[in-house]
Amino acid sequence: MKARVLLSLILLCGGLAAPLARAGDAVPAAPAACELPPYLLATDSQLHKVAETVKSGKPLEILVIGSRSTTIPASEDSSYPARMQTILKDKLPPTETVHVSVEIQSKKTAEEAAGTFVKLMEAKTPTLVIWQTGTVDAIRSIDPDDFRGAVTEGVAALQNAGADVVLMNLQYSPRTETMISAPPYLDNMRVVAQEHDVPLFDRFAMMRQWNDQGQFDLFSPSRGPELAKQVHDCIGRALAQFVIDAAHLGPGQQQN
Amino acid sequence: MIRPLCEAATGPVHSFERRDLRKGFWAPMTIADQVTGSTIAGTAGTARPAAAKLRAPAITLPAIGERELRLDLFRGLALWLIFIDHLPPNLLTWFTIRNYGFSDATEIFIFISGYTAAFVYGRAMLENGFVVGTARILRRVWQIYVAHVFLFTIFLAEISYVATSFENPLYTEEMGIMDFLKQPDVTIVQALLLRFRPVNMDVLPLYIVLMLALPLILWSMKWRPDVTLALSSVLYAVTWEFDLYFSAYPNGFWAFNPLAWQLLFVFGAWCALGGARRMSRILASPVTMWISIAYIVAAFYVTLTWYVPQLSQFMPKRLEQWMYPIDKTDLDVLRFTHFLALAALTVRFLPREWPGLKSPWLRPLILCGQHSLEIFCLGIFLAFAGHFILAEVSGGPAMHALISLSGILIMWAVAWVISWYKRVADKSGTKTKAAAGNADLAGGG
Repeated sequence: MKARVLLSLILLCGGLAAPLARAGDAVPAAPAACELPPYLLATDSQLHKVAETVKSGKPLEILVIGSRSTTIPASEDSSYPARMQTILKDKLPPTETVHVSVEIQSKKTAEEAAGTFVKLMEAKTPTLVIWQTGTVDAIRSIDPDDFRGAVTEGVAALQNAGADVVLMNLQYSPRTETMISAPPYLDNMRVVAQEHDVPLFDRFAMMRQWNDQGQFDLFSPSRGPELAKQVHDCIGRALAQFVIDAAHLGPGQQQN
Repeated sequence: MIRPLCEAATGPVHSFERRDLRKGFWAPMTIADQVTGSTIAGTAGTARPAAAKLRAPAITLPAIGERELRLDLFRGLALWLIFIDHLPPNLLTWFTIRNYGFSDATEIFIFISGYTAAFVYGRAMLENGFVVGTARILRRVWQIYVAHVFLFTIFLAEISYVATSFENPLYTEEMGIMDFLKQPDVTIVQALLLRFRPVNMDVLPLYIVLMLALPLILWSMKWRPDVTLALSSVLYAVTWEFDLYFSAYPNGFWAFNPLAWQLLFVFGAWCALGGARRMSRILASPVTMWISIAYIVAAFYVTLTWYVPQLSQFMPKRLEQWMYPIDKTDLDVLRFTHFLALAALTVRFLPREWPGLKSPWLRPLILCGQHSLEIFCLGIFLAFAGHFILAEVSGGPAMHALISLSGILIMWAVAWVISWYKRVADKSGTKTKAAAGNADLAGGG
C-alpha cells in the first residue's frame, strides 16, 4: 500500500516535472498510461551476461529479432526497440554504451526464423537477444508442438552462441481474437521459457492489461500511427525495466 | 502480493488448459433432437417393451410426456458455458467449470451426445432396422453439416468486414490472417471438406465425424456393448501411442481429434444402452464417491496453481512434468477421469426424480438443452455478434456483462419459441400420429 502511494507520488511529480524536463531530456517520466502491476514485469530467470557486461563497463549490444509487430510502418524511431534503447541509456550509468539493433524476419514462422540464427549470431555478437515470435505461427495455425520445438531450438542456438535470451510473445489483438488462436502459442512459449530458464516478456498480458484498464483502446480502427507509437513507447519502457530487473542491475548500478 | 483471480489468463502461470480459450469452443450438438414422435411413442408405448427393456435397461423408458431432464439440464448448462467461453474473458467466465478442474463443457457435451444418440437412434435401429436407422443418422449428419457451412458463412462475413474496415498500424501483422481471402477458391473448398476450420469452428466437424461413425458403433453395441467399449478404448490408446490425427488446412491438425474423443462418445452410448445400470452398484459405493471427491479436489488445487502462482511452489516438479501438458486435442486421460468423477458425483447427488428439475428456475437451461443444435449455432453466432459489438461500440465491463446476459436471454427465448412451435406443430399432427404423445418431450435428446 505504501509503495503504491509512493509510486503515485513519484508519478505525479514526474508528471509535473515532465513539461519542464522535456526540453532537455529525451526521456520524460513514464506516462501514466504505461502503468503495469509489478507481477507482469517479474521474472525468476536471470540475465547473467547482461549483468556482467554492464558491471564490467563493456558496451551492451542488444539484438531484437522480431516479425512485423516489432516495427511501426514508417516510424522506426518510435518502435519499441528504439524506445528501449533510449530508456536503457537513461537508466544505466552514463558511461555505459547501449546499442540496439533490429532484425526483422517478416512473415517467418519460429521454425523459419530459428533456422537463420546460427549465421545471424556469427555476424553479430550481441550480449542479449530479444526474440519476439509466435504471431506468424498463430496466423498460420502451425502445430503448437512443432512451434514449441522450433522455439526450443531457436533459444538453444542463441544461447550456444553465447547470448542471454529474452522471449517476447504475441500482441494482444482484440479485433482478431475470434480469428487467431493465440493461447496455444502463448502457453508453449511459457513452457520453453520455463524449461530453458529464459525470461519471458509477456507482451500479450501487458497489452491486455492496458486495454482492460482503459489506458489504450486497442479496438480502435484508427489508421493514424499515434496509438501504435504510444503502445510501442510503453512496451519499450516496460522492456527496458524488465531487462534491468532480470539482470539484477539494482539501484546501486542504476543512475536514476 | 495477491494476484487477483481475474488475471488468470494473463498471469505468469500457466495453464496448459487455457489453450482452449479460443480453440475450445466446442460443442457437440445434440444428436437426438430430431426424433420423430412415432418411433419413440412406438417404443415407449407398446411396440416392444420387452426388447427395449432388454436393450436399454439403464434407461427407464420415459413414460409419455416425460424425459430424462438431467441430460437436458446439463446440456443446456454446457451450451451456456460454451457461449460464455467464446466471448472474451469477463466476470461470467469465472462461473465456467474449466476454471475449477481439468474437464470443461466439451466433455459434458460429447458424453450427453453419445448417450442421447445411442438412446434415440439405437431405438430407431431396433424398430426399423439397420438401413433405416442409418438413413436417419445420415439425415442428422446432413443437418449438422449445413449448420457448419452456415456458421462458416457468418465467419467469412465478419472477417471480410474487419479486413476492409480495420487498418490500425499497430496490427499490420495480425491482418495477415486475411491472406486466405486472397485465394477463396482453395479456402472455401477446404472449408466444405471440413479441413479449413477457423477459430471457433472445430466442434461441428468433430460432431459430424462421430455421427458418421454412429451406425457402426450402434451395430457393434447391439452385438456386444462391452466389446465395443473395449475396442473404442483400444482405438484411443492406439491414437495416443502412434500419434494419429486428422490433418487440417493449411497445416496442423483438427483441434479435437475424433479418434480420441470418440471414447467419450462411445462411453456415453454404452451407458445409454445398459452400461449405466450395470455400473449402478459401483456408482452407489462410498469408495467411488470418496475417490471422486479426492480427485476433484486435487484437480481443483492444480487449477488453482495456474491462477495463484504463489501456490505452484507447493507442486512437486515431478508431478508437473508427468502431468503437463494436459492435452485437450487428444482428450487427455486426466480430463476424461475428471469428467468421470464429476459424472459419478452428479448421478449420486442429483437423482432423476429431484423435484428441482421441474422448478421454473431451471426451465431455461432445460429448454436450451432440448434444442441443442439450434442453440449451439445460435451461441456461436451470438459470440461473433458480441465480439462485433464490443469492437464497434465499447468494451467496458458493463457492456461485457450486458452482452453475456442478453446472449443467454436470447438463447432461452429462441429455445422457448422452438419448443412452442414444436408443440403446436405436434398438436396439429396428432391426427396422423395417434399414439405420438409429445414427440419433443419424449425425444430423450
